[in-house]
Amino acid sequence: MSITSSNPEILSELDRPNSYIGKVVPRPNLERLMQGRGLYVSDMELARMGHVVFLRSPHAHARIAGIDAGAARQLPGVMAVVTGNELAAVITPWVGVLSHLKGLKSAPQHALAIDRVCWQGEAVAAIVATSRAVAEDAAEIVNVEYEELEAVTDMRTALDPDTPVIHPSLGDNLAFERNLDAGEVDAAFAGSDAVVEADFIFGRHTGVTLEPRSVVADWNAAEARLTIYQGTQAPHMVQNIAALHLGLEESQVRVVCKDVGGSFGIKVHIYADEMATYALSKLLRRPIKFVADRVESFNTDIHARDHRCRGRIGVGRDGVITAFEIDDLTGIGPYSMYPRTSAIEANQVVNLVGGPYVTRNYRARARVVFQNKNVMCQYRAVGHPIACSVTEGLVDLAAAKIGMDPVEIRRRNLIADNAYPCASPSGLRFELLSHHAAMNKLMTMMDYDALRAEQSALRASNIHRGIGIASFIEVTNPSAAFYGVGGAKISSQDGVAVRLDAQGSVICQTSITEQGQGSESLTAQIVGSVLGVSMERVRVILGDTDNTPYGGGTWASRGAGIGGEAALQAAKILRRNILDVAAAILQSSPAELDIVGDAIVNAVDGSSRMELREFARIVYFRPDTLPPGIQPELMATRHFVPREYPFAFTNGVQASWLEVDTDTGFVKLLRHWVVEDCGTIINPQLVDEQIRGGVVQGLGAALFEKCVYDERGQLTNANMADYLVPMSGEMPDIDVGHVVSPTSETELGAKGAGEAGTAGAAAAVANAVNDALRPFGVVITEIPLTPQIILTALGRI
Amino acid sequence: MPISLEVNGERVDAHVLPRLNLADFLREQLQLTGTHVGCEHGVCGACTVRVNGEIVRSCLMLAVQTNGASVQTIEGLSDSGEVADLQAAFRDRNALQCGFCTPGMLMAAQDLLKQQTEPGREQIREHLSGNYCRCTGYQAIVDAVETTARARGRRTA
Repeated sequence: MSITSSNPEILSELDRPNSYIGKVVPRPNLERLMQGRGLYVSDMELARMGHVVFLRSPHAHARIAGIDAGAARQLPGVMAVVTGNELAAVITPWVGVLSHLKGLKSAPQHALAIDRVCWQGEAVAAIVATSRAVAEDAAEIVNVEYEELEAVTDMRTALDPDTPVIHPSLGDNLAFERNLDAGEVDAAFAGSDAVVEADFIFGRHTGVTLEPRSVVADWNAAEARLTIYQGTQAPHMVQNIAALHLGLEESQVRVVCKDVGGSFGIKVHIYADEMATYALSKLLRRPIKFVADRVESFNTDIHARDHRCRGRIGVGRDGVITAFEIDDLTGIGPYSMYPRTSAIEANQVVNLVGGPYVTRNYRARARVVFQNKNVMCQYRAVGHPIACSVTEGLVDLAAAKIGMDPVEIRRRNLIADNAYPCASPSGLRFELLSHHAAMNKLMTMMDYDALRAEQSALRASNIHRGIGIASFIEVTNPSAAFYGVGGAKISSQDGVAVRLDAQGSVICQTSITEQGQGSESLTAQIVGSVLGVSMERVRVILGDTDNTPYGGGTWASRGAGIGGEAALQAAKILRRNILDVAAAILQSSPAELDIVGDAIVNAVDGSSRMELREFARIVYFRPDTLPPGIQPELMATRHFVPREYPFAFTNGVQASWLEVDTDTGFVKLLRHWVVEDCGTIINPQLVDEQIRGGVVQGLGAALFEKCVYDERGQLTNANMADYLVPMSGEMPDIDVGHVVSPTSETELGAKGAGEAGTAGAAAAVANAVNDALRPFGVVITEIPLTPQIILTALGRI
Repeated sequence: MPISLEVNGERVDAHVLPRLNLADFLREQLQLTGTHVGCEHGVCGACTVRVNGEIVRSCLMLAVQTNGASVQTIEGLSDSGEVADLQAAFRDRNALQCGFCTPGMLMAAQDLLKQQTEPGREQIREHLSGNYCRCTGYQAIVDAVETTARARGRRTA
């Protein structure tokens, strides 16, 4: 795979002297975070600010018979106790559906529950006080009378005729169903030498951002304007939704996003309690702050991945896969989330299963059902871990059935690197992937044959190690096909404005956002490279709807590929504008000049003609000295959205090397490898750390993380002592390698990298555990792979 | 209740409610917001500060317990330059993404480096195993601490 693009202009713009593209440079915003001088929403204090605490339902499903807040209202420091009906005067309910997900239905959801609660943790009243502590004291003496209703908790029986329908107006508990039948599936299975099937079970887990969701909403009644300070990935989406439901124009809502303590998709949605906070500010005419505590986070941050998927694969003796078939079932809680909906994950599972492989025969059914548990929605690598675990689990089962090495069966079925462009049976279009190059690189990095020898030798000493391989594809750089076509006001385009200030430094405003991925850095790297300005002189402004161009933000691995391209195009225009004016000043021509190292230079020999600082002085303060007719435009704005491909697919392969203790059931991760292809790499360190962080989130899902509900819909482990997350002691070192296949849709050539690690990590671990346990004749297709699951499978408990 | 203590080298006299924890006291009364609150039940490590030389979880300690004590937060360690090399190593290795865990992580790492001259990677992982980071996957943090340990070892050798 070559790094060289078919578009020679890429090299001319980005391979300039002192280019930052492809280089490791430190992120510009790290010092303030390391010194404790960041500004997270939870740090904010405004004058006259009230703190809101939400009283939440202890029941999974209940009718609210009455709320008595009389005593709470009398408590000193309490400003207001507000119920659902009272808040409904200032905010309208919403329904989380999109038109391109045909048949998707949901019920109206209110900011605070009215008459009925549908999950444990749904807010029934808001208590606003001078401090959170006082509000919590008051919450304890609000008396809510509940009449408990039967809770629908098991997704497997949610559609049974004798199961209560959660929202009677919808007719049943089926939120969404999608069926796909491509190729000749029945004939392919009939003609297979072996057909293997298994039930794959995925634990419901959640994002556990270290900073809980936090909002400060500040309604200024005199200006008739609402300022929302929120750690969100999509400020313009929040602006649109807040305005829509508060009866305001978007121009009356400003969303400001400072430092964000982790997002991972948790903070790309609109939550009822956040809507309630906006509404409370308007109702009470003062700033209101909401910071979720950890228990609330577990009960109300979106959950994800609660899937049960029956999978089937057909294979020939030669290892050629003949067909895939899946039947996926997922339970999403009582409402489809707003505005992105809760059908996307199941839809992605249907799209992605079998994606790396050649076979054209594929049948899928996915059903999404309502239940009385917390809401589920899109979390890092949406649907990918499910699809990858099912696909790669089936491929390993097929390999074992016909006695073929797991790497060999993949090599016989992965789409050839020279077969692009092509499409999957589910209709995904692939511009250029590199499965085989990635696999070859992985084999070298991990020294596969040596590991197999080591594995074999250790078996004799009763040490059971396993190797797991997982190839994957990943959706990145989404166009309007993701949300816009379904009617959501979620922009798929992004904008960047670049200007040269009066001292020759650069200010860059971008609509993508920063939650630690390195958006500021990659923007500064691109702008600095194209302009010939050192990164220290590029300041990036983001996360403010008043002060950035309109755009989507940072989610679905889109920041670098879409926002980065907008930055590149804007910087090119500014560069041209600078050189036009400089040529007039220097009595030269733009073609004879260049900008290098913060100075205008002769293109031929690089000799300095004028510092940018001096150039800016002339333009801004002595325009009288410019030749007649010259009007400098030292600010340029460009927007970008992919139009040719709905998504820029990336690919890669992961491998896990681990040891299973067959007496205790504990899994020790020894090493993990990833080879991925995100196209042009802007900053290798940032990409590698996105991959590593993503892998570890996938490893958490594989081994530890699960929201444990009882049959009454009570979340029994809603704290960090009982819900286990990966900590440094259990995590392995992770080796990351790259193949580079730039997308031709942009000059930059970058695709997304933020979710690749999460997409395949659990599949690699599950395959490695089964590889380790092969002598025992057991196969486990459930995650998290807890000691209990492993010992049960081994018949030890 | 009245308390008197030293915070980052400055004398502080304050009146606090008996139930106020140290994290909230630092953040809300002293506006030292570099100490973060992640779980409020002593698991995540984001609120780690130093009290009389020992690292503690400030969400598990009451403000009144610090009467007469010397407390250091990330702001203090940054201004004194005590962890400047560690911070530089974190920056060079991109050992933080969202940065919310970082003040606590730096506190815990500095605590280890004061106890051990050249800890191995397993020791580093073990010592930091009470500090939750959702972003990095820990490897870059371990690298940065290891690099700092070696550099300090060379300087004192």
